[in-house]
Amino acid sequence: MFHELRELYQEVILDHGRNPRNLRHPDNANCVALGNNPLCGDVLTVYLSVDENEVIQDAAFLGKGCAISMASASMMTEILKGKTAREAERIFGSFHRMCTEDGFDHAAEDGADPEALERLEVLSGVREFPMRVKCATLAWHTMNAAMSGADEVTTE
Amino acid sequence: MSEIADAMTFRPGGESKPPYDVERLRADFPILSREVYGRPLVFLDNAASAQKPRQVIEAMDEVLAEGYANVHRGAHYLSQTLTDRFEGVRATVARFINAASDQEIVFAKNATEAINLVAQSFGNRLAEGDEIIVSEMEHHANIVPWQLLRDRTGIVLRVVPITDDGALRLDALQELLGPRTRLVAITHASNVLGTVTPVAEIARLSHAQGVPLLVDGSQAVVHGKVDVRALDADFYVFTGHKLYGPTGVGVLYGKKDLLDTLPPFLGGGDMIRSVAFDKTTYAPPPHRFEAGTPPIVEVIGLEAAIDYVEGIGLERIAEHEHGLLQRATQKLSAIEGLKIYGTQPGKCSILSFTMAEAHAHDIGTIVDRAGVALRAGHHCAMPLMERLGVPATTRASFGLYNTPDEVDALADALEGVKEIFG
Repeated sequence: MFHELRELYQEVILDHGRNPRNLRHPDNANCVALGNNPLCGDVLTVYLSVDENEVIQDAAFLGKGCAISMASASMMTEILKGKTAREAERIFGSFHRMCTEDGFDHAAEDGADPEALERLEVLSGVREFPMRVKCATLAWHTMNAAMSGADEVTTE
Repeated sequence: MSEIADAMTFRPGGESKPPYDVERLRADFPILSREVYGRPLVFLDNAASAQKPRQVIEAMDEVLAEGYANVHRGAHYLSQTLTDRFEGVRATVARFINAASDQEIVFAKNATEAINLVAQSFGNRLAEGDEIIVSEMEHHANIVPWQLLRDRTGIVLRVVPITDDGALRLDALQELLGPRTRLVAITHASNVLGTVTPVAEIARLSHAQGVPLLVDGSQAVVHGKVDVRALDADFYVFTGHKLYGPTGVGVLYGKKDLLDTLPPFLGGGDMIRSVAFDKTTYAPPPHRFEAGTPPIVEVIGLEAAIDYVEGIGLERIAEHEHGLLQRATQKLSAIEGLKIYGTQPGKCSILSFTMAEAHAHDIGTIVDRAGVALRAGHHCAMPLMERLGVPATTRASFGLYNTPDEVDALADALEGVKEIFG
C-alpha cells in the first residue's frame, strides 16, 4: 500500500504543494476563472494574461487545497507560460487522459508538448486513486474555463 | 415499576451490568469482517452513515420475501398485516424518544426532508421580517431549507455564534430571541465538533418568548438516550441510516397540538381524507404529511435498528463510545501538529482534526490505504468551517462496534501521514 502512496505523493508534488509557484494575483490578467470542487470545498482562481496572438504571457493562481490540487495548479502555471491557447488545450486533453486512462501512451499523444507531459507524469499516480482525479485536474478545468470566457467551473 | 423489578429478577447473579461485549456485537455486522486493500476494515465514518446489523438486513429481507404488499389500501391479508406492522413502528419510535403519542411520529425520507417539511408547512404561516434562529454549527440540512423559505417569504435568518472550543453561545441566543422570532432550529449534537447542545435550556429560553424549537437530532439519537418530552422540543428530527438502520427513512416528531395546526407538505395519495375536483380534505397528522406510498420496508428496517440499539442500551453504547473518544483524543493529541476541533465536555464520539503537514483529503487518502475509513472535507457544514478558519477537517466518528484496537489503528495510520509528508 505504501508503494502506491509513494507514487502519488512524490517529492516533486510535496514540494509544489508546500511551496506553490505563481501563487499570486497578477494585475494584468485578462482571462480569469474560479474553479470549485464541491465535493471537498476546494476553490481556486486561475489568472492568465493572454496576448493578441493568443500566447499565454503569464499564469498564476490563488487558492487553498490538498497537496495534489496545489501541486497541479502550481505546475500548470509554470507549464502554461509561453504556450498558445491551442497548445494549452492539447496539453489539458492529454493530461486528463493520463490521469484517467490505464495504458496511457505518451507516443500516441501527438500534438501535445511532450516536455510538458513528461513533467506532468508525476501527477499520474492519481490513476490509482479515482477519488483524487478531480484534485489533479481542477486547475486545468479552471484554466480551460478562463480561456473560453467562462468565469466559473465546477468539477461535478 | 414491574418492568424494572422483572428485569432485576432475571439478571444472573445479581450482576447489574454484564461487560460490553464488543466482539459479539461486531459479529452482528457482516461488513465488519471484510477487508479493504488487503487490510481489515476500520470503519470510522459512522457519523456519515453507520453499518447495518444482520437483524436489520434480515427484517427487511423477510418483509420483501414473505410479507410485502402496499399499506393503507389493500383489501387483503398481506396489506392488512403489513399496515398493522408499519403503523406499529410509530409506537416503537415514540417509545424510543419518549413521545407522548405514536400519532406524533411522521415518517420522512431522511432528516433533511423532515426539516424541509417543517420549513414548508410551518413556514407557510411566516411573513416578511419574521425571524428564524439557527446556529453557526448547523449541518447544511438545517440551513438551506430556511434559506429557501427566506427567498420565498422574506423571513430573516439569525445565527447564534459558537465559542472557540465549540460551545453554543446561550447568551447570544438570548439576545437574538426577539418579538419577531418565530422558530429556533438548532442541532442536538454537531456532526463536526461532537458538541452536545443544552437543548432543554434552549427550549426554556425559546418558550419563555413563546417560540417553538426544532431540534436536529441526527447525531444525538445515535449516541445517547433522547427524551423529547424532558427536552421539551416542539419538533425533533433524525434519520434512520445513522442509527444502524436503512437509508430512505427519517423521522419527524412534532407535538400533537402543533402538528394539528400545520397544512400538508406534499400532496398525493395517502394524505387525504377525501378528494373531489372542487374540494379536497386532508387526513389528520401524521398521515397528512406522508403523501404517496411510504418507505414501507425501510420503516420495518428502522424498527429493527431501534430494537437492536435498545437491546444493547443507549446508555451503554454511549459509555463505550465515550471510552473510545477518550482514547482517541489522548492518542491523537500526542501527534505533533495535529489539532482537534471541538473540545466541549460531554461531547459525543466525533473527532475532527487537522494536521499541520497535510490537507484533510491527503490524510483521508493515506489512512484509507491502511483500511481506515474517515471523512475528509467540509462535512456539509461550510459556515462552520469558515468559523473555524479551515477549508476542511478530517473526521473520525465512533460507533457501537468500534474497538480500542481500531483507535490505535487510526493513530498508527496517521503516523503514515507524517512519514509521507514529514
